[in-house]
Amino acid sequence: MASNKWSENVADIKSEAKEETRKAAVPHAPEAFWTQEETFDLSSGKYLKIWQGPQHPGVTGNMALELVVEGDIVRSCKTHVGYLHRGFEKLMERRKYIQCFPIVCRICVPEPDTNEYLFAAAVEELANIEIPEKAAWIRTFVLELSRTASLTMGLGGQAGAFGLGTIGQWAVAHRDYILDLFEELTGGRVYHMYIIPGGVRLDFPDGFEDRVRAVLDKIEHLIGDIEKVMFNNSVFKARAKGLGIIPREWIEPFGITGTTARAAGAPLDVRKNNPYLVYDQLDFEMILGSASDVYERTLLRKEEILLSIRLIRQILDRMPKAGPVRRKLPNVLHWKVPSGETYVRVESGRGEMGYYLVSDGSEYPRRVHVRGASYTHAMALLEHLVKGISIADVAGVMTSLQTCPPEIER
Amino acid sequence: MKDDEKTIDEMLNPAGAENEFLTEEYYCQALPKSVQPVANKIVRKFYNWAQANSLWILAFGTGCGSIELPPLFTARYDISRFGLFPRPTPRQSGVFIISGYLSVKTLKRVIRSYEQMQNPKFVLALGSCTVNGGMYFDSYNTINRLDYYLPVDVYIAGCMPRPEALIAGFNKLKQLIKEGKAEGANKYAENFEWYKANQKKIIKNWDMPEYNW
Amino acid sequence: MKDILTRLDSRFVIERKDETRSNLVFITVKKPVAIEVITYLRDYEGFRHLVLISAVDYIERNVFQLTYLLHNYQLHVDIGVRVEIDRQHPQMDSIHHLWAAAGVYQRELHEMFGIDFPGSPHVAEPMILEGWDNIPPMRKEFDTKKYAEETYFPREGRFKQDPREVMEIKLYPVDTEVKYGIKQVVRKRRGH
Repeated sequence: MASNKWSENVADIKSEAKEETRKAAVPHAPEAFWTQEETFDLSSGKYLKIWQGPQHPGVTGNMALELVVEGDIVRSCKTHVGYLHRGFEKLMERRKYIQCFPIVCRICVPEPDTNEYLFAAAVEELANIEIPEKAAWIRTFVLELSRTASLTMGLGGQAGAFGLGTIGQWAVAHRDYILDLFEELTGGRVYHMYIIPGGVRLDFPDGFEDRVRAVLDKIEHLIGDIEKVMFNNSVFKARAKGLGIIPREWIEPFGITGTTARAAGAPLDVRKNNPYLVYDQLDFEMILGSASDVYERTLLRKEEILLSIRLIRQILDRMPKAGPVRRKLPNVLHWKVPSGETYVRVESGRGEMGYYLVSDGSEYPRRVHVRGASYTHAMALLEHLVKGISIADVAGVMTSLQTCPPEIER
Repeated sequence: MKDDEKTIDEMLNPAGAENEFLTEEYYCQALPKSVQPVANKIVRKFYNWAQANSLWILAFGTGCGSIELPPLFTARYDISRFGLFPRPTPRQSGVFIISGYLSVKTLKRVIRSYEQMQNPKFVLALGSCTVNGGMYFDSYNTINRLDYYLPVDVYIAGCMPRPEALIAGFNKLKQLIKEGKAEGANKYAENFEWYKANQKKIIKNWDMPEYNW
Repeated sequence: MKDILTRLDSRFVIERKDETRSNLVFITVKKPVAIEVITYLRDYEGFRHLVLISAVDYIERNVFQLTYLLHNYQLHVDIGVRVEIDRQHPQMDSIHHLWAAAGVYQRELHEMFGIDFPGSPHVAEPMILEGWDNIPPMRKEFDTKKYAEETYFPREGRFKQDPREVMEIKLYPVDTEVKYGIKQVVRKRRGH
């Protein structure tokens, strides 16, 4: 067929440049990543420096890439972050524990519930608070639902980065169904402030489960459509296959986690390895890939959405129907959390996200460190990953890492 | 020598300026002027009507409010019904949505993008954090009130405002434009020194021209 | 986990051990052996994943506490290596030769706490802040509210209520009237 030939030709042309960089790259010792840096003589006329971002539609969020290009091929890249820095960690040090809750969810915009859960879990662990069983199930439900929303939008962004605008439209519109569910459950569309220490704020409204199931069916239907028009699309295949390959050896030095690591075949899933909440009672398998290119990562995220949907259905089937959702706390205005240090982690849509909380026994946290999943993905890894690809593919590679700048700089 | 006879090297490095990057040639140092409305009442009304119905938005997500912009542009809230449309470059756009808090580093880029926009231009400030700092009132890196740095035409309060609130804000902006009251760009030109002094107070490494368009 | 700690004890001087939960232990070591301990954990005990590098400012003891959190892929356990360094001359050896990602963490610590990591790539380049000329913002002596009030233009009309006082007045009106006086209570009820 003609279309197949065309896509093969394109793949041939592109694979030359890719092969070149594949050979040049892949150092195994971590320090080799830093010694590799080359300098480019910009006055020679051969190289050109361009900025992608912060005001650029092809950049996820508000960050910038400083690219040195030779013709169409990127030769070096430097990431610039800090455009969204609000100093959360400093702000939390001068707020009481309960006052931190409205601001933690603002750290990650597409998936705020992971932050709420992590902070609540860290505080609960230090203060030795057990949450009711139903609250644990509801928390798992909320985390999976927000994962679905974030991954759906990420899928739309991935398609948009390769020029498939229709899927972006579908994905964002379907994400809105999930946001409506959140609005019904929590009262907030984007920021929920729902998970608090000791449980969750409210129980499910009447008839909520049926509406959740209806939305899940819609999302499942959408994934079927996306399968047809995106993953079987010859343009998308030609552009995404073999692009931005992360070798297995890079996982350790860069601390790659989550879907990005699983697409490379590394069995890293916090839900399976360090089960939290009720994940040890749920029945699911880790999804692993092997090719580790943009296509594989996108495919894996699609499977992750389906997995999340299956998990949510399981949760709805098996969660206790009655019981308290919140445990009574001590007076939160006088609440002194016992001194100690802890680290809790969660599997977010982008990878391992964790909170390191240090308490010195006072009413204010001593130190909160937020470990965002895309912290090293978007900073160090991206700089090495985009070398040797064409400018048009930079946005695709960047989106495939699910970069979320607010959690890099907090 | 005609242009097409020159080699690329000669065009990049004209004689007398070897290896020197001529920044000033790329910027115009002229300061902004305030534009007076047309005297003829009917023509003025027509201008305002036309302006109000073709607002093109600069797609620059400066803060977390930008998460509500994709729903706004896509199927559900479909803002192209109102003649609004996202554009990728400041040269083509007329409305700047400041979507949320601005860190000092972003403010520098925002000012530059705003000054590159063509007249008539309007600023729509989104979220409580542009009004008085909102949640980040005590943060060392975010500004508290936007109207000290850029002229704001419409504020939309909330954290974060829903897409419906944005649509309401756009309708308010349209109404202001039709009445000829959205004079933000003129305000900026008239109080240029005051705005620049405020901007330079917090942007410590000011390495831009005074006004770059 | 216990075996790992026993083996660590036999090789190095561990000053303190805090077990937060069964799969998370924090150990404190002296600065000169810290890199050695981390390298040992990475090469011989399988802690191949650097989760984070963080710093805590203990201004009253005049030290910075650095925390290196390492994760074991096989056993799914974490170990946090805590090192205390002098606050006046904060300096620590770089570990970017062990993990490439460590360079990014060290760059941020250099900017936010002013801790120096000699030899770490691009460590002195500003990463998040731009044109910052004050003391590093994450240090405890830096008052972010005071800085924000002085630098940015706060809008008038914003007031702060101490939630404890508000609740006290709401819950115990009679007691607080005795405690603070009627005028004060009425003013506080209005929110000024």
